[in-house]
Amino acid sequence: MKHAKTATQNACKLCNPLGACLAFRGIENCVPFLHGSQGCATYIRRYLISHYKEPIDIASSNFHEESAVFGGSHNLQVGLKNVTEQYKPDVIGIATTCLTETIGDDVPLILRDYKKAHKNGSPMPIMIHASTPSYQGSHIDGFHAAVRATVKTLAEKGEEQNLINLFPNMVSPADLRYLKEIFREFEVPCMMLPDYSQTMDGGPWGEYHRIPPGGTPASAIVNAGSARASIEFGSTLEASKSAAGYLQEEFDVPRYQLSLPIGIKESDKFFSLLETLTGKKRAEKYEDERRRLIDAYADGHKYIFEKKVILYGEEDLVVAMTAFLSEIGMTPVLCASGGKSGLLKKRIMELVPNMEELGIKVREGVDFVDIEDEAKVLQPDFLIGNSKGYTMSRKNNIPMLRLGFPIHDRFGGQRMHHLGYRGTQELFDRIVNTVIEERQNASSIGYTYM
Amino acid sequence: MPGGSLIAKQHFIFKGVEAMEHIGILEGRQKQIFEKKSGVEQVDISCDTSSLSGSVSQRACVFCGSRVVLYPVADALHLVHGPIGCAAYTWDIRGAVSSGPELHRLSFSTDLQEMDVIYGGEKKLYHSLIELIEQYKPKAAFIYSTCIVGLIGDDIEAVCRKVAKETGIPVLPVHSEGFKGTKKDGYKAACLALMKLIGTGSIENISKQSINILGEFNLAGEAWLIKAYYEKMGIEVVATLTGDGRIDAVRRAHGATLNVVQCSGSMTWLAKEMEEKYGIPYIRVSYFGIEDMSKSLYDVAKHFPDHPEIMEAAKEVVSEEVKKLYPQLQKFKKALTGKKAAIYVGGAFKTFSLIKALRSIGMSVVLAGSQTGNKDDYARLKEMCDEGTVIVDDSNPVELSKFILEKEADLLIGGVKERPIAFKLGIGFCDHNHERKIPLAGFIGMYNFALEVYQSVMSPVWQFAPRKGGSL
Repeated sequence: MKHAKTATQNACKLCNPLGACLAFRGIENCVPFLHGSQGCATYIRRYLISHYKEPIDIASSNFHEESAVFGGSHNLQVGLKNVTEQYKPDVIGIATTCLTETIGDDVPLILRDYKKAHKNGSPMPIMIHASTPSYQGSHIDGFHAAVRATVKTLAEKGEEQNLINLFPNMVSPADLRYLKEIFREFEVPCMMLPDYSQTMDGGPWGEYHRIPPGGTPASAIVNAGSARASIEFGSTLEASKSAAGYLQEEFDVPRYQLSLPIGIKESDKFFSLLETLTGKKRAEKYEDERRRLIDAYADGHKYIFEKKVILYGEEDLVVAMTAFLSEIGMTPVLCASGGKSGLLKKRIMELVPNMEELGIKVREGVDFVDIEDEAKVLQPDFLIGNSKGYTMSRKNNIPMLRLGFPIHDRFGGQRMHHLGYRGTQELFDRIVNTVIEERQNASSIGYTYM
Repeated sequence: MPGGSLIAKQHFIFKGVEAMEHIGILEGRQKQIFEKKSGVEQVDISCDTSSLSGSVSQRACVFCGSRVVLYPVADALHLVHGPIGCAAYTWDIRGAVSSGPELHRLSFSTDLQEMDVIYGGEKKLYHSLIELIEQYKPKAAFIYSTCIVGLIGDDIEAVCRKVAKETGIPVLPVHSEGFKGTKKDGYKAACLALMKLIGTGSIENISKQSINILGEFNLAGEAWLIKAYYEKMGIEVVATLTGDGRIDAVRRAHGATLNVVQCSGSMTWLAKEMEEKYGIPYIRVSYFGIEDMSKSLYDVAKHFPDHPEIMEAAKEVVSEEVKKLYPQLQKFKKALTGKKAAIYVGGAFKTFSLIKALRSIGMSVVLAGSQTGNKDDYARLKEMCDEGTVIVDDSNPVELSKFILEKEADLLIGGVKERPIAFKLGIGFCDHNHERKIPLAGFIGMYNFALEVYQSVMSPVWQFAPRKGGSL
């Protein structure tokens, strides 16, 4: 039964400040700081911890009733002072919330006042401010807003250097490590932002770290303005909202926008671009990875051909996954996102021109109840997306394959690869196994060879 | 059984700035930390205050408090009025289970957008309510206001009245704007909503030997365990607030003879209100650990002196359960004797019980704290703790870790935010917060608790931790 839907039910998105906090965790010695109520920081910490299994300190300006009436300037300044003293950070990444955006706190002005008042004190951390009102967009917008604000605050013009900026989008720590490895193999210096590969997936500690080791140093981000090029993953990310877009406009650093490199075609584009930019051939190990992947495609193709999938998640992930599924013969009968860029369908069509013929349907701005209603009609073989699809997966008895963020009901989401030949291989193996397991379980015979 | 009563009363020292300096306690936080030392005069711990700006508190907000209390009411619609975050982060996050409807496990939000913030969200709220009530047919609806709702001037009360009139179900505003106080204020806002329901149902046929269970949220079915004990004693449980909660039961709650309050932080206010309005007395209990669990049953039985059979039955329940449990615990006790624990949980009352429960399996407590304790709670905590125990109010990860390492704790008991701190430092962990999936209350809960502590503390994986000499 279809229902009128004003309210959002079982949201397929999170709020803007969450993305900003995650991005700020990818800067070395940086404390994310939420200007708003205590609850925002606590909820976001809890949510991130359940995926990354790492301690995550997010400071808060702890709004009270008076702050809402008289403005949050005092709270923000006291908070910055306390964080500076206790954490001794190089950077404080300040993200606003719906509360402070609604009362209209002028954060840049407050920061100027603060700097003036404390200019004779101990070294002042760099302060980055991202405007992330929760009533606009979703977590992915907050993520990009924080990355752009960081570059805007730090990047400087300089003599062009042999450096490539990489803005990888909201991917897993394992993906970030793989991307760094690729750049090392190409022997080209890379400024990747954010880099939470270690801060969100690190080793044991002998003592508590106020700020975990790892992340891109502020000093490296300064150089972003003099890089040869920026590579930015994310097909629905507009230049006006992106870090690479800012660097292109301000410092003429060419922006190369790619889809998240998932699948052979999109990974090829990424490696080819690196070859063009560096004038070097990719290392043999990546050729090997590619060969193995093609071989795996051949070995596994029959299990998955024309299997119907409902895909959901952040728009960029959905676009990239649609391209990948199309090249292996699967049909994403619904490509859904809680995000609402207005570009989702257009970008999918660019990568999969025959999408309509293949029966691919695209919907932006949906929640899990919308997706469930679609599922009842579309009868997919399985769902692909983050853990939040589990409620509908269980209720409707549709198997699901987990990827992206958040993974709250399985182990190791932070170590899951999605990108490049290696990530695609991992995804492909898991997809084939999902089908095989389903088949094996459904069989009354209990085949031991599948 | 060793318990708090056996510990000699000790005095305390305010540890002082100089001692705290090396771990970088924030200015204004010293008064929220104590270390118990003998022979020094007692100083009051400062608590019940808001968190300091810029600190990384383990606390939450007003909304969180309200949401926690009302969350388990399974046949009500819980609509969060505000931008998406508050609803998204509280979607199905607690282990509160229901024996029937599961409406509480869905997440509903008005998902306010920029235009709503400018022009107001009342219309969106109204339409959302009408549609959701039509679709899900709840017995009542709770409308949680979040931070910005007050600021944009939505008249929630008016919308709720209108919808209540049109749909014929109670539609209750919960004034839980995040910044308007602490989590405790959120508890109160939730209790206010409950008070509006209590007294609206028929109390015919309710036994005189009846109680309400307050502050029990049926995590992993704990309320069912507790209810079964009471029923074995011949006591009728009128309503559980709010574990496996039902609106109709809440409406009849004023028909009970006694309120039995667990989780003192969230429900004492409601118990007091009910005492004032309906003359129902209340007692405070805890269902964690053998000692406190048994005492709860006895205390309830004592309330019905004209029915000695109730006390008899209580004794029987306890003796039967303890007979089963005691031998099972010995394996754990043998392994855990001499191990040290740190406790950092929400309510102070839980901390008391945990100290006793840990002692009963041979463990000592080197750090005890809560997010929401009051002065009386901390005074009692001081009395219970051994010398050298650190006592904290509203702590943060830096502090917690320093004390845990300094005191060489083998175990941390806390919630999901504390878990990675323990694991990073190579210390065992027991999740004693609202996300747990295994019942830790009741007699069987004590077994589960001991088992979980044993499994985590005794695991060989810690041999690789840096604090045990493993490499970094």
